[in-house]
Amino acid sequence: MAYSEKLIEHFNHPKNVGTLDKSKNTVGTGLVGAPECGDVMRLQIEVDEVSGMIKDAKFKTFGCGSAIASSSLATEWLKGKSIEEALTIDNMAIVEELALPPVKIHCSVLAEDAIKSAIADYKSKNA
Amino acid sequence: MGSEKLIYLDNNSTTPCDPRAVEAMLPYFHQIPGNAASRNHPFGWQAEEAVDYAREQIANLLAVESKEIIFTSGATEADNLGIKGVFEMYSRKGNHIITLKTEHKAILDACKKVEKMGGQVTYLDVMNDGRVDLAALEAAITDKTVLISIMWANNETGVIQPMKEIGELCEKHGVLFMSDATQAVGKIKTHPKELGIHLMAFTAHKMYGPKGVGALYVNRKNPRVKVTSQMDGGGHERGMRSGTLNVTGIVGFGKAAEIAMNEMDADAARLSILRDKLENAFKDTLEEIYVNGNVEHRMPHVTNISFKHVEGEGLMMTFNQNIAVSSGSACTSASLEPSYVLIALGLGDDLAHSSLRFSLGRFTTEEEIDQTITMISKGVNHMRDLSPIWEMYKEGIDLDAVEWSEH
Repeated sequence: MAYSEKLIEHFNHPKNVGTLDKSKNTVGTGLVGAPECGDVMRLQIEVDEVSGMIKDAKFKTFGCGSAIASSSLATEWLKGKSIEEALTIDNMAIVEELALPPVKIHCSVLAEDAIKSAIADYKSKNA
Repeated sequence: MGSEKLIYLDNNSTTPCDPRAVEAMLPYFHQIPGNAASRNHPFGWQAEEAVDYAREQIANLLAVESKEIIFTSGATEADNLGIKGVFEMYSRKGNHIITLKTEHKAILDACKKVEKMGGQVTYLDVMNDGRVDLAALEAAITDKTVLISIMWANNETGVIQPMKEIGELCEKHGVLFMSDATQAVGKIKTHPKELGIHLMAFTAHKMYGPKGVGALYVNRKNPRVKVTSQMDGGGHERGMRSGTLNVTGIVGFGKAAEIAMNEMDADAARLSILRDKLENAFKDTLEEIYVNGNVEHRMPHVTNISFKHVEGEGLMMTFNQNIAVSSGSACTSASLEPSYVLIALGLGDDLAHSSLRFSLGRFTTEEEIDQTITMISKGVNHMRDLSPIWEMYKEGIDLDAVEWSEH
């Protein structure tokens, strides 16, 4: 299976790999997937208290190349967005951007789930 | 893609055709074009002579009679002919077949077809080292059992089954013994008669011969075994497999068998040293790696390793522009199911997803193994830096206690 150049670039040089301090109220953490399924994504956002914008995003992913590229791309798209804007990120946009083949669409779904889960965590901390 | 040569460590999928086999085949494409079944002219005679010679070369490798070799299109067809052919031929005697859960799909799916045809099939579990439990095997035999089919060496793990003991059980209970020996023939000594094997499937392209030609060994004496043909037509191959013989392929198959007979011991000795070097280098430099399957009873050129907390397919992407191996993770398939062979060994899904199979071959060099060690170690470290579960493991979090969101 041939992957797109964008996907390979995200895989070889993933953006925003790392860990944010999950104990901070400004940080939301989403952990989705399961080792048994071959995919685990942890995606974190840090929200600026004043502007309400996402000022940082980090990820770590256990999974195939498409899963890693999807989460790398997701963190790039998250930065600079408001929570409301972030919630509009759709998995099909990731599919299109990375030209994911049909068998890899679940990777983009997982990335969308990870975004929503991180936002939900942030919201629950700041309710 | 780098400028360096591609490293091929997927010889259990297929082997490169040995140039000596290619050379032997060349005249049979054009200069010697006959059909081996044409009995009335020199073109046919020459083709028949070439087939007879190849049959002899293959029979020598197996220490059997040349008449006991039935040519097919490959091991899948030979497996199908053996399973379905015995089931149909011996239907008056019984309808029960015993096999293993770790067999190749060609055996498992042929057995499923037998079940649809009214047969009964027992799919035995294996022990955690991948070998059959002989007591369970004997216990599964009933008065309706006509066939036990157990592979010689597993394609994913290289684990070798106790063929002699299984042969003795079959003899004791008067059951036919078949083996899918695709991964073993031409690599290690495979003499079916010494072990009481009555039918044995194998193929040229796993032993440095061409693709598209295989064979089923069928024992002719004590007992005289017959199989019902699955391909009907001109009555070739003693009526067991019709169809014009692939003369060119058969010539290459024969040459490959002759080369294997002369060289397999030296190949095996050299490759087991390289395989061990690869395995030990990973063990020495990486944490949390597991070799899957029995390491004593194992093919000399194969190792199956789980790199914990790293997903196999993702790992492969770090080096697959340079090195070809195969993964037990099935992230590419819609099912997301990892290798059923590794699951049958009792591995958790997570370890199965983390596995790579390295299968070395006659043309593998030490330099290639050294490069593989470097590149794959780097890949594993890269993937672990990216892996949230590696980070959790390092923090001492009990991963089994985490509530994962299954998807």
